Amino acid sequence: MTGPVRSSILMRSLRIAALQLRLGATSGMAYRSDFLLEGVMALIWIALTLLPWFVLFDGRPTVAGWDRSEALIVIAYFTAVRAVLEGLISPSLVDLVEKLRAGTLDYVLLKPVDAQVMISTSRCEPWKVFDLLFAVGLAVYAFAERGAAPAPGDVALGLAMFVAGLLVMYALWVLCAAASFWVVRLDNLTFLLGAIFDVARWPVDVFRGVWGFVFTFIIPVAVMTTFPAMALLGTLDARTALATIGGALALVVGSRLVWRMAIRNYTSASS
Amino acid sequence: MSRRGRTLRALPTLLRIGFAETVAYRAEFLVWILTTTLPLVMLALWTSVAAEAPFRGFTSEDFVAYYLATLIVRNLTGTWVAWQMSEEIRGGQMSMRLLRPLHPFVAFAAGHLAAVPFRGLVVLPIAAVLLVSSGGSALTREPLQLALLAPSLALAWLITFSILFALGTLSFFVTKTMALLNLYFALYSLFSGYLLPLPLLPGWIAGVAEVAPFRFMLSVPVELMTRSLDRAQIAELMLGQLGWAAAGLAGALWMWRRGLRHHEAVGG
Repeated sequence: MTGPVRSSILMRSLRIAALQLRLGATSGMAYRSDFLLEGVMALIWIALTLLPWFVLFDGRPTVAGWDRSEALIVIAYFTAVRAVLEGLISPSLVDLVEKLRAGTLDYVLLKPVDAQVMISTSRCEPWKVFDLLFAVGLAVYAFAERGAAPAPGDVALGLAMFVAGLLVMYALWVLCAAASFWVVRLDNLTFLLGAIFDVARWPVDVFRGVWGFVFTFIIPVAVMTTFPAMALLGTLDARTALATIGGALALVVGSRLVWRMAIRNYTSASS
Repeated sequence: MSRRGRTLRALPTLLRIGFAETVAYRAEFLVWILTTTLPLVMLALWTSVAAEAPFRGFTSEDFVAYYLATLIVRNLTGTWVAWQMSEEIRGGQMSMRLLRPLHPFVAFAAGHLAAVPFRGLVVLPIAAVLLVSSGGSALTREPLQLALLAPSLALAWLITFSILFALGTLSFFVTKTMALLNLYFALYSLFSGYLLPLPLLPGWIAGVAEVAPFRFMLSVPVELMTRSLDRAQIAELMLGQLGWAAAGLAGALWMWRRGLRHHEAVGG
């Protein structure tokens, strides 16, 4: 395939992804009464996330080298990544499992657009924006408590690491999606993804021994919150940052390959 | 034949069906059980905290015992009946159940009870290994408390099931029950001792937890396993469980009758 054709396919995919997301957001916003409900629920979940943090630092000044405000920044990142997970990634996975079971995935595969793009953006829940706002609020509060704003360079790196964390999350989700081609009745796979991700609300140093290793390399939740928080605090070394970003990109490429393999082996449910 | 006699005769078959369903969807079930990670996350966190020095009287071993007991109780008593009812009411399958000469409370309860052994099979070995390796000394050895553990678990299951059944009947009235169920789970996590041991809860939250039903759904069996209690305390906890079980059961059946009057079947 020649260069210009390839780039126009990419542009078209992006345009369709944006269109699908806008459609999802519009249909989500049609239910106005959910607005208040989801806002209140977001507040309750954040309160529940903060309670153990509050209890813990009420009795101790530091835990595994992290103090009160540093741990709060990890929680802020956790809230932000969870917002993307629950607002964008999980709804699409649920949709995929439904399509697999009903056999309507065939219609997606028949379209002259990349199936991964179509599936990844098939649904979204716009109200999760609340959680993103709360996350920013928590981070601002944490830095106010520290009495010093982060350096501009650290903010840039913190944002880059946030994106890397989201890429890792997305890649894991694509792997789950690929798995659901083989084991169809796994609609609670999203819950599993969410449950494992729950670990990320604490700095990874808290988990000692084998668990610290597992959560950094095997199920890389540390990458999603601890490293970005360290970047924002200016304590992340360049090598870890580069390794994380490289690892995230490699994981995205790897998950793409697994997805293609899954699609190739897919034998519809409808016929 | 009387209604009660019919129900009793149907019970073994219902249990068998429930068990067969659990076995048929074993992969799904296993994933579901694995999602109960919160106690393990909290366990890792608090043991690490308590490794330096006990945290407000809780040693590392206390935390291991507490959260593993929580994991066991949560898995043995958890049910998804509200979600199932909500789906069946929206999808129309509930109409089939209404045709049968059997109260749906019994039918659902049998189906969910049948899943308990499978859950036990998965959870108990993990918990036993972990307990023996690091938290054994924090477990109770009081014969009375050990004897009351099984009845306490049964009551906790009944309270949980009744409340979730009552929440399930809300689908007769409103369409958006998922948000309500999320709210329920948030309250449960907070007040039942699932998130933190009740003695660690701050001020008024601890006060609410004392009287709310959630404590009797999770914390009471856990306390029986991990704390040494005197006779009066044990009696108080067990009576509380009995009271909430009776209230929950009555409430669930009342809600069901109210909901049914509201019901307009969907689909065919």
